[in-house]
Amino acid sequence: MSTVLETRGLLKRFGGITPTNDVSIQVERGARRALIGPNGAGKTTLINLLTGVLEPTAGSIWLDGADITQLAPHQRVRRGVVRTFQINQLFGELTPLQSLALSVSAQLGISAQWWKRLGTDARVAPRCDTLLKQFHLDDVADQQVKHLAYGKRRLLEIATALACEPRVLLLDEPVAGVPEGERQEIFDIINALPADVSVLLIEHDMDLVFNFAKSVTVLVNGAVFAEGDVQTISNDPRVKAVYLGEAVHG
Amino acid sequence: MKTAADGLKHAARWRWWELTLLGALVLSWFVLPGQSLLLNEIAILALFALSLDLILGYSGIVSLGHAAFFGFGSYAAALFAKLVMPDPWLGMLLAIALAALLGAITSVLILRGTDLTRLMVTLGVASILYELANKLDWLTGGADGLQGVVMGPLWTPFGAFDFDIAGRTAYAYTLFVLIVCLLVGRRLVHSPFGYSLQALRDNRLRAASIGLSVNARLVAVYTIAAAIAGAAGALLAQTSGFASLDVFDFHRSAEVLLVLVIGGTGYLYGGIFGAIVFKLLHDLVSAWTPQYWNFWLGVFLVVLVLVGRDKLTKPWTWWKRG
Repeated sequence: MSTVLETRGLLKRFGGITPTNDVSIQVERGARRALIGPNGAGKTTLINLLTGVLEPTAGSIWLDGADITQLAPHQRVRRGVVRTFQINQLFGELTPLQSLALSVSAQLGISAQWWKRLGTDARVAPRCDTLLKQFHLDDVADQQVKHLAYGKRRLLEIATALACEPRVLLLDEPVAGVPEGERQEIFDIINALPADVSVLLIEHDMDLVFNFAKSVTVLVNGAVFAEGDVQTISNDPRVKAVYLGEAVHG
Repeated sequence: MKTAADGLKHAARWRWWELTLLGALVLSWFVLPGQSLLLNEIAILALFALSLDLILGYSGIVSLGHAAFFGFGSYAAALFAKLVMPDPWLGMLLAIALAALLGAITSVLILRGTDLTRLMVTLGVASILYELANKLDWLTGGADGLQGVVMGPLWTPFGAFDFDIAGRTAYAYTLFVLIVCLLVGRRLVHSPFGYSLQALRDNRLRAASIGLSVNARLVAVYTIAAAIAGAAGALLAQTSGFASLDVFDFHRSAEVLLVLVIGGTGYLYGGIFGAIVFKLLHDLVSAWTPQYWNFWLGVFLVVLVLVGRDKLTKPWTWWKRG
């Protein structure tokens, strides 16, 4: 398997705190990787570094063998590094249809067109139709996002990321706040992504992690604590002590 | 089953009230010949507010110094007419180009910081230009204003028209520029670019996360808004034959913000409705009690904000509960 996304000695310091401490990971093409660790282990910070929201203190990030450490967030998205947010980040005044159409347009590189109507390009609408249907948003497609129920907004959060045609998809607790019964649905969609899309998942629900992921990276105190396939990690006594043990208490 | 293609088309369709408004604007020139001077003022204010709506309503950029571009366009058009040639169309194009240039340059100041810093920075830019126009009196006439601006005839496919004292030519000219800017603005806000502005207004973090370059968009829209404000300023100078420091004054920036608040932001027509209400109110109240116009404007604004625009414009809902 070839490596798509790689970090080398990634380090982030905020004053005296080091939420990311010398992290070197490799994500292969088509990976289904989970990133776990106790609260405050630096999972979200790592995602923020990967997507360019934060700048690393030291170290570098590589995509397909090219150094992307200095690229701005939107440039990384254009190259296929796409994320979802733990807390919904949506366009409240737009409708789901408009949000998706804009995301698809951005992905096609036509979002700066100012003379043609949104959706004039024949590739935009069909892609929106597919996403709306897939995420059960077709019945609310024309309502303002700010008026949608939480569950729908959560679905749109993930649909928006998929509209960007990710090559590496970073999911930050995608089912946070989603009712038990609807979680599997979201994971079914994620599982159905093309086999060459790499997925890096942050999730607290261990059942979901072990169902979805093929490999797991455990972060503790900002550093990689353990790494391996699901079997190895779930049987690792150190991981159990540090992570699963804490989860029971916390 | 409604498809996405239909849904996207539907959002950009012409609504009946838009067409009615455009029709009414054109009609006003024919049916109210005696009111051309007032209508001209309204249309200029409407255009100025339209330009502010692009940055405030659509992009979420607050400004207390939008008069900078209005005034810059005003002086550019007046000086062009006085020093180079009196043709209004060329003067208009030059004013638009120069205001756009100023917008592009000053846009870097509004990229970072909070709303409060933007308020201060935009206010500062307008103040700087005000003082420059004051100091450079050999060019601008300083505090006396730029006098002796004589406009040439307005060349049209129907012949050449002189600017008359009743403001008939002036209003037709202003109306033409307003409608062209409105149509261009309408195209713009329904385009992917227009939606990307709303996206970054609603959530900059996510806008960047779908691959939009937030800063490039802000520079672009600020430049476009400055160009349109410049056009409004040029209209004022050309149709009044005069440019004075007043065009840069703080009250201009505040007034256009008020107009937009009255008319509503983020749907492109707020400036037009707001300008009509504002100017008519001004005209009526001033005629009735000249000294207390500001008092009644204040009362109106308080009522507008407390009751809400929706409720105020729908009297039939006044006695309904909820």
